[in-house]
Amino acid sequence: MTSDIWQQIFNYDNYGELLSLVQNSLIAGAVLGLVGGVIGTFVMMRDLAFAVHGIAELSFAGASAALLIGVNVAAGSLAGSVLAAVIIGALGVRARDRNSVIGVLMPFGLGLGVLFLALYKGRAANKFGLLTGQIVAVDTVQMSWLVGTSAVVLLGLAAVWRPLMFASLDPEVAAARGVPVRALSSVFMVLLGLSVAVAIQVVGALLVLALLVTPAAAAMRVTASPARVILLSVLFAVTSVVGGIMLALGSSIPISPYVTTISFTLYLGCRGIGGSRATRRVLPAPGS
Amino acid sequence: MTADALIAPRRSTIDTVISLSGAELAFGDRILWRGLDLELGRGEFVAVLGPNGSGKTSFLRVLLGQQRLNAGTLLIEGRPPRRGSALLGYIPQHRAMAPQTPLRGRDLIRLGLDGHRWGPGTRRTRPRVAELLAAVGATDYADVPLALLSGGELQRLRVAQALATDPAILLCDEPLLSLDLHHQKVVTELIDARRRSHDTTVVFVTHEINPILEKVDRVLYLAGGRFRFGAPEAVMTSETLSDLYGSPIDVVQINGRLVVVGAPGSVGHDGEPAP
Repeated sequence: MTSDIWQQIFNYDNYGELLSLVQNSLIAGAVLGLVGGVIGTFVMMRDLAFAVHGIAELSFAGASAALLIGVNVAAGSLAGSVLAAVIIGALGVRARDRNSVIGVLMPFGLGLGVLFLALYKGRAANKFGLLTGQIVAVDTVQMSWLVGTSAVVLLGLAAVWRPLMFASLDPEVAAARGVPVRALSSVFMVLLGLSVAVAIQVVGALLVLALLVTPAAAAMRVTASPARVILLSVLFAVTSVVGGIMLALGSSIPISPYVTTISFTLYLGCRGIGGSRATRRVLPAPGS
Repeated sequence: MTADALIAPRRSTIDTVISLSGAELAFGDRILWRGLDLELGRGEFVAVLGPNGSGKTSFLRVLLGQQRLNAGTLLIEGRPPRRGSALLGYIPQHRAMAPQTPLRGRDLIRLGLDGHRWGPGTRRTRPRVAELLAAVGATDYADVPLALLSGGELQRLRVAQALATDPAILLCDEPLLSLDLHHQKVVTELIDARRRSHDTTVVFVTHEINPILEKVDRVLYLAGGRFRFGAPEAVMTSETLSDLYGSPIDVVQINGRLVVVGAPGSVGHDGEPAP
């Protein structure tokens, strides 16, 4: 019995053949890891982890609506997440307001998604995949969509890098220095919406946090150098997605448990290493 | 240089850094202050005092170009205020950093230097950042994560951040709040040293004048839509403040400290800062 379950979770018959089939998925996963690792750093700095979850649920609603009416699922999820991101950004400027706005929006999005999926008469795997992720043999059209959107996010972040960092750290001082803090916040929410929409294609709506939050949170445990945080966060995210896809390959189980387990393990490791950091600081001589 | 410029009295032309005339600020029906005429000179240390809601912080926002006057004019170095002007350095009150903030002291200072520019930036700022770190004595903890620094250490970095553009004016919004006495003194000395070495004008918003009393040239006291402006000895008196508030106020000196008693809406005024 136990060995049966084990066999389901890890099954590597004909691994080489399978691997060549999902080559596109692996590339897609790596690109996604790059986006998740970079934007995750700002998600953490701006305290938006809950917003990521809320955006994902509305993205799920958009995707299932698209599935129901038979249009492009990726476009549906993109519309849902950007809309959610803009609403959350506009209504919730202060953290307290924001969390209640998200708490209200999220169940509504999830409810809509469930409704659309209940009405949908197509293949069941399509339904499940939106929530928990799947390794689809990513075709060229999807691939170019995914890479294109990711490129927009990365170029967008690079363009606003310094002012966004400034505004995320200290909005008041940034505003005094002439940084357009509110406009930047809107721009960031749109970029976040785009990132969530691409992440959902691979890990599913329920587990977007594992890509957009966990790797950055792990990296921040072990270093405070901004460059190193980004680098480690990207490394962790890419390892999680690509590793997850490779482990999930032979089984009938969705990809998400593999991705989340890798990213959680990395987080635990970083917590262990970073735990002693607070005490490691050498105190300056008194009076200095 | 023209002959006129040579003859003209320096103090009223070149040396006036901030000038306000007939300035009024109101939010709806509530007038914060009106008829404000001020000329702040180069290298002058001005304390802005008043109860909560009297428009002290709004005064800074006006200087920063973030808030428009309802009436009157403001000129900074002879020009209207402009958002993000490099002439102005801004020191905020201390707030603790989020526990995992991925930045160090040198990164905080660097943001003051090029944080308003687009793009990811280059490493060319390093020498200037090192210079600023040294100027506030923060070199030792330049690479410590911000979240691990004490309030006093962070405020020293924030002074350096504000000095990054070599500003002619330092705007300070309660920078000593929630610092211990030692660090109140350290931060005050840093700001004052800069004023003396570079003739920088300092506008210092505070609810507590004692830590800066010996540095202050003039006091702008705002209360109930009105104001008093002048030397501390002239403004910080029972007579002037009673007249300003329209109710009896006592200003008493205890061991060289000024204590204002009876000011409405200012519990703990000029007492110890909140912890």
